[in-house]
Order: sequence, then structure tokens, then C-alpha cells
Amino acid sequence: MIEAEEFETVAETTRPHRLQRVLVLVLIAALMVLPLWVYPVLLMKLMCFALFASAFNLLLGYGGLLSFGHAAFFGGSAYATAHALKVWEVTPELAILAGVGAALVLGLAMGLLAVRRQGIYFAMVTLALAQMFYFFCLQAPFTHGEDGIQGFSRGRLFGLIDLSDSTVLYYVFAVVFVASIFAIWRIVHSPYGMILQAIRENEQRAISLGYSVQRYKLGAFVLSAGFAGLAGGLKALLFQFATLTDVNWHMSGEVILMTLLGGIGSIAGPIVGAGLVVTLQNYLATTGFPVTTALGATFIVCVLLFRRGIVGEFRHRLAVRRKP
Amino acid sequence: MMMAKVSARIAPERARAALSARGLSKTFGNFQAVKDVDIDILHGRIHALIGPNGAGKSTVFNLLTKFLQPSAGTIMYGETDITRMAPADIARLGVARSFQISATFGDMSLVDNVCVALQRPNGLAVQFWRPLSSLSRLRPRAMELLGRVGLADMADHRAADLSYGRKRALEIATTLALDPKVMLLDEPLAGMGQEDVERMARLIADVAQGCAVLMVEHNIKVVADIGHDITVLQRGEILTQGNYAEVSADPRVREAYMGTEDDD
Ligand SMILES: Nc1ncnc2c1ncn2[C@@H]1O[C@H](COP(=O)(O)OP(=O)(O)OP(=O)(O)O)[C@@H](O)[C@H]1O
Ligand SMILES: [Mg+2]
Repeated sequence: MIEAEEFETVAETTRPHRLQRVLVLVLIAALMVLPLWVYPVLLMKLMCFALFASAFNLLLGYGGLLSFGHAAFFGGSAYATAHALKVWEVTPELAILAGVGAALVLGLAMGLLAVRRQGIYFAMVTLALAQMFYFFCLQAPFTHGEDGIQGFSRGRLFGLIDLSDSTVLYYVFAVVFVASIFAIWRIVHSPYGMILQAIRENEQRAISLGYSVQRYKLGAFVLSAGFAGLAGGLKALLFQFATLTDVNWHMSGEVILMTLLGGIGSIAGPIVGAGLVVTLQNYLATTGFPVTTALGATFIVCVLLFRRGIVGEFRHRLAVRRKP
Repeated sequence: MMMAKVSARIAPERARAALSARGLSKTFGNFQAVKDVDIDILHGRIHALIGPNGAGKSTVFNLLTKFLQPSAGTIMYGETDITRMAPADIARLGVARSFQISATFGDMSLVDNVCVALQRPNGLAVQFWRPLSSLSRLRPRAMELLGRVGLADMADHRAADLSYGRKRALEIATTLALDPKVMLLDEPLAGMGQEDVERMARLIADVAQGCAVLMVEHNIKVVADIGHDITVLQRGEILTQGNYAEVSADPRVREAYMGTEDDD
């Protein structure tokens, strides 16, 4: 009698990987030719936010931790990148590196204080710490308060490639974006990612197997902060300014929205979610329609229709159909 | 006075105890769940912890492995005082436990469940840059462990889809993967069919030759068959300790626990 139930196993593990691989190649090819039809700056902005949401999802979807403070890493890195370009006048790759470094340090500091907390308390601690960072940015002289850091040029990549041309910049972004998504995918599908999944599924059991779960969570937090920082640095490079908007708690809320909309726990989910939100924002900005209201409404509709997020719902339907 | 007597009796044993506790106590609010428990788990032996529902057996487990902080008492692992250690650190010393409520990684396959346990001892737990295929060298050992508990042919099934008894078997395989020096099993045979109970009891007896085992078990026949030392717990206190003959001869035990168990 127990047998029947056991043989119903979902064949999820034997999913055709070849189809996925082809799909990924098609998407990369699309990324290469898309600027022929779509405004490259919009596409680059999309990549920034898709990367930001993917970084966030690394923590929420794979680490099981809901952070309310990711704006600190995104915006903090944007400031560091802008500062490095404007004041230190370094090459753009070093500026981005400075941004990522700042995000990693911030991530380590915030993570050390937050990973001891569970669930909603974790979210509250990250929010509180990010707000402290916001006020720091508001007061600190190098951020130039309300004006932000602006009026710098993108410089030359490795001192050679001029990034003022937006087509050149686009291909640099595309390479960094694809590499970063691959890196996130690799982290998720690594020995460490396996332990992260185990902790998410049964924390007590993981502890009993000798895993100091807080250290693994801290690792996920710092990695996530690093990629969020990369996204923020790219954004500063793209728009050539860094302002308080990037460290504001709205930004933390927006990345949560994007990720939940697309669906947590898959690589595609946050990318789709970010794409949707950014496109919508972009479109609405030209109509004079209140952006926040529209986003909120979209979010409510999506949550009601697809609890698993867009990609999650799609995958679920596919899995159900595959079952005999 | 009484303390002196107890420690005099237990002192020579403590020298070879793999895991031992003295005066172990736990209060929840003003409810005393565990009261002044002394216990020695010896290498190469199976120690059965028995007692009626709510006696505090699982709480003792949680205290010994530090999943709960004792209100009083000390815990020694060999010569090391582990009373203040974190549970993961205790596990790393070689104290492996299972849980009364099956604890498996539900969305993972059986073989991955065991692999997760093998990753840390094999130094493959923190590499976030390496592909999953780097874990394939753990697979033969994982398959061997699954074979020992009779689950080899289900290795690629999802753990969540297993029946209750088989989840217990998977938990034992996962626990064995740690190569423990002390193994604590909370009702490892619950929900298993007669055939599996016998196989698992034999496996535990076999494993116990190389480590110390503490197990909570309601199946008195198994306790009689493979248990060497028995502690009877009642309302958080030790009613009696000894071998099966001694314990089962105790009229209080017959009345409080075994009398009712015989009816099942
Ligand atoms: N976290 C807790 N908070 C409050 N009371 C608790 C807690 N854990 C256990 N108890 C109480 O302590 C007592 C002992 O519980 P425990 O689970 O240790 O019993 P047990 O001997 O394992 O019983 P069973 O045979 O049912 O598994 C019970 O009365 C239980 O309600
Ligand atoms: Mg119990």
C-alpha cells in the first residue's frame, strides 16, 4: 500500500538538460542582436536590475533568507564606483571592483549581525542596518547629499576601450551579465549550493550533520551582496551618477517585488521579474500614470494568479503536464 | 550522600564512557522535563532509553547533543566537557543523532541526502566554484550506505516521497555516513514493518561494535535482543538503570512501563 505512493516520484531530476542548454544559447544570441531594435541603454538598465534581482534571489531563493536591506549593497557599490571614477580617476573595471569590494565589506558586516536571526527578525535587522547606511550616505561628504556623485566620464576599459560609446558599453555589459548569471548558476549548483539547499530544507538536520549553518548563511549573504554590488556598480557606470535613490529602502522593496514576481528559486525567475518591472516603469514613465500604483496592482494580480511567480508557475504547469 | 554512592558506582565506567552526563536537568518555564539524569554511553554497547510517552527521552537526546541548553548538569564526550559547545561542533566531534520526527532533505534524492552527510567529512562542503560533478566521488559510498539499509534500488527517488519507515531507514544511512563515534537514535524503528525492524536491529547491533549507541525504543523485544544497558525514564527522572534482566525484574518498571507494553 505504501508502494503506490512511492512510485509517483516526480521525474524532476531527469529533466532534459539539453533543451535548457539550447534555450540558453538562443537567449545569449538574442542578447547579442537585440540592440539592433531596442534602445541599448534600456537593455543595459534591464541587465543591471536582472543581475540585482538574481543576486537577491541567490539569498532568498537558495539561502531561504529574506533581506530587506539589499539597497545598501546596490547603492553602496554605486557610490564607491562613482567615487572611484570621479575622484580617484581609475579605469572603469577597477572602479567596479571597488564597488563590489565595498558591497562585500558591507555584506560581511551586515551579515554578521543578521544571520543569527530567523524569518521576519532577519528581515527587520537587515532593514534597520540598511537604513543606518542610508543615513550615513545622507550625511557623509563624499556622497554629496541630495546631488549625488555625477559629472564623471566612464573612462576606458583596461585603459584601452572607450566606453562613452553606448554600443561598446552594451557588449561589455552583456559579457559581464552572462558571466555573472553563469557564476550564480554555478554557486547554486555547487557542493556549497547543495549544503545551502540542505539547510533550507531542514536546518536541524543540517546542524546534526555538523554544519555550522550560520556560516553557510553568512557565505550566501556575502556572495549575494557582492553580486548586488556588481549590479549597482554597473548602474553607476551606465548612468554616470550615483544618488540616494539607490540606497533608499524603495530600492530594497523593488528588488523583492521583481524577484517574487518572476518567481524565487529559479535562475530565470528574477530575470523575467526584473524585465517586467523595468519595462513597465519605463513605459509608464512616458504616460504620466502613477508608476507605484501600477506596479502594486501588477504585483497583486501576479501574486493572486501565480503564487509561484511567473517562471515558477510555468515550470509547475510543465511538470504537472509531464506526469503521466 | 546519595551522590557519593552513585558516583562511586559509576566512576570506573565513566573512564570508558564515550558520552556521559551528570545531573542533567531541563526546565521549560516551571515544568521540569528532565531531572538530575546521570547516564553513561559506553563504547561498543547499545544503551536503550525507555519510558512512557512524555517521560523526557527526546529531551535528554536534545540535551546530550546540545540542541537544547541544559538548565543544569554537565556533559562529557570522552575527556572533553561539551556542556557549552554548539550542536554542530558536537556533531563534528563524532556525535551523530537522528530525530524522532523524520528529518530528511525532502526535495533531494535519497543518494543526495546521504551525500550531504558525506560532503563535510570529505572536505567538499564550501566549494561554491566547483561543479556538482565534483561530488560524484562520494556516490559509491552513499550507494553502499543506502544498500546497508535496503534502499539502494530507490536511490534516485525524492526523499519526501518515501513511506515513514523508509524515511527512518534513510536517516540511519545518513547518520552512518558521518562514521560516528557516538550514535543517538530516537525511535529508529518506528513505522517499520516486522522484516525491516529485524534487519535494522541487526544493522544497529552490527554498527554498535565500533561505536557507542544510545537509542530510544518502544519495541521491548528489540531492546531485549540488542540492548546492553537500559535506562528507564519516568516523568523526567531515572527510575532505574541496569541490564535487561535487572530492569525487567524491577516491579516499578513492570508496573509503570512494561506491563502495559506487553499488551501491544
Ligand atoms: N520545547 C518544549 N517546551 C515545553 N515543553 C516541552 C518542550 N519539549 C518537550 N516538552 C515537554 O517535556 C516532556 C517530555 O517530552 P519528550 O518529548 O522529551 O518526551 P518523550 O519521552 O520523548 O516522549 P515520546 O515517547 O512521546 O517521544 C513532555 O511533557 C513535553 O510536553
Ligand atoms: Mg520522544
